Amino acid sequence: MAQHSSPSGGATPLKLLAIAVVVGAVAGAFAWTAGWFSPGRITPAEVVDNLAPPGGPAAGFRRNHAKGVCFTGTFDSNGAGSALSRATLFAAGRYPVTGRFNLAGPDPAGPDGAARVRGLSLRLQTPDRQEWRSAMINPPFFPFATPQDFYGQQVASARKDDPQAMKDFAAAHPSLRAFGAWAGSAPYASSYAQDRFNSLNSFVFTNAAGTPQTVRWSFVPAAELVPLSAAEIKQRDPDFLIQEMTARVAQAPQKWTMTVTLAEPGDPTADPSQAWPDARRKLDVGTLVVSRIEPQVDGPCRDINFDPTVLPPGMSTSDDPFPAARSAAYAVSYDRRSAESKDLPRTRSTGAPK
Amino acid sequence: MNDRTSRFTPLQRVLHWVMAVCILAMLFIGVAMVSTISPAYLVLVDIHKPLGLVILLLALVRLAVRFRYGAPPLPAGMPEPMKLAARLSHLAFYALMIVMPLLGWAMLSAADYPLVVAGFHIPAIAPANIALHDLLWTAHRYLAFCFFALILLHLGAALLHALVRRDGVFEAMAPFSRPPKRQR
Repeated sequence: MAQHSSPSGGATPLKLLAIAVVVGAVAGAFAWTAGWFSPGRITPAEVVDNLAPPGGPAAGFRRNHAKGVCFTGTFDSNGAGSALSRATLFAAGRYPVTGRFNLAGPDPAGPDGAARVRGLSLRLQTPDRQEWRSAMINPPFFPFATPQDFYGQQVASARKDDPQAMKDFAAAHPSLRAFGAWAGSAPYASSYAQDRFNSLNSFVFTNAAGTPQTVRWSFVPAAELVPLSAAEIKQRDPDFLIQEMTARVAQAPQKWTMTVTLAEPGDPTADPSQAWPDARRKLDVGTLVVSRIEPQVDGPCRDINFDPTVLPPGMSTSDDPFPAARSAAYAVSYDRRSAESKDLPRTRSTGAPK
Repeated sequence: MNDRTSRFTPLQRVLHWVMAVCILAMLFIGVAMVSTISPAYLVLVDIHKPLGLVILLLALVRLAVRFRYGAPPLPAGMPEPMKLAARLSHLAFYALMIVMPLLGWAMLSAADYPLVVAGFHIPAIAPANIALHDLLWTAHRYLAFCFFALILLHLGAALLHALVRRDGVFEAMAPFSRPPKRQR
């Protein structure tokens, strides 16, 4: 048997070096791709890290919008949305919904009256196994134009040694000042049932004919607003919103109309800090009916990631960069709390050990 | 019945190189997507999921082909520990090629995410359970780095065979035929 395996003399060290260089280059490309040489790259892990309060995150809970309550109900579609989107949920019919009312912030036990921003999340499933998830909030526009600004604000506000950092950031970002004006003047609703929840982000609807239309949507409450002043709301029980909603829904289902707003050419579809003009065409497509409230610690919404990029055919992301950033960060939050699931208090036995 | 020539069959070589590209792309996409909040995140995730299913299918085909056609014998002059390492690495590759996509798929099931590929609803293969999700996701993540390390080892060994040992092992899987084939 002829052997070709005899090392070819003095060339071997060079060849070994060449092999090491090739292997090292592939490893380096991998590390570069992973961002290990790119400290400037904003990672979803950093964004989630920055959400934590000084004492660290509450184990087992969402990293933001940690406090909330689960609901179940239906979405009663009136069929009008089919003109805009071929998603099954817009065909006339009734579809089951699991969702969550929640408060912005990382504290699952904070007082309800302290939260300026409230949220509504939902998961809607249709019999053909299509699924739509959405997480909305009650301000009429977002304080930040881009995910980079969101991150920039996190960094600036974390610099406790340098109060000027946050002032400089606010000075350079008019949308944050506009949001501050809203936060300082808008009434607080005395019930989740009175809050209007807005997608803020834009999405693209595509109908059966294949026509795309960029939209935003709102869930407009049927219940009349009974406002509380900032002073009044601080006097309320720390859990008054959950208590009130539990009692209210036990009396009667609560409703919101889903209103879709259609963008026109030139509207700022990529920037959720800019509201679209009031004159934009609006279409009511159905009614969310909330019929049951359950605590979140062992409720049906607890283990759902309300990732706004879970969209059925006929709905897709737009040029708005936020849904992608939110999806990336929500996944990190979900992965982290799933590692801590045993730390969650449970009010009922769920067959968990111990 | 194995026709033991000095090279893998053309089908095996095609499968090897197609999968090499897919798997390397998969690992790069995996570390890239979890590192960014840019819109590229969604694009990468939308490639990662179907590509994982493609790799799973190709791996199962490849396993069947391997059982049918076997592998050319390692050179007689190769030291025993090196032969053992080669055989174990092949075993590890097959295990990872099949287990990694299954872990990814199962972890999405456990997290209760819908999985839609090319318009088709892909059924769940694990119960919706957040603690199970943690287990599967952690395994998927750490095994991905093991997989990449194994590929680096494999690449280094292949180049060692091609350039230094020149014993025909590299040529057995090379996409091209080269004159210095192993003589028997």
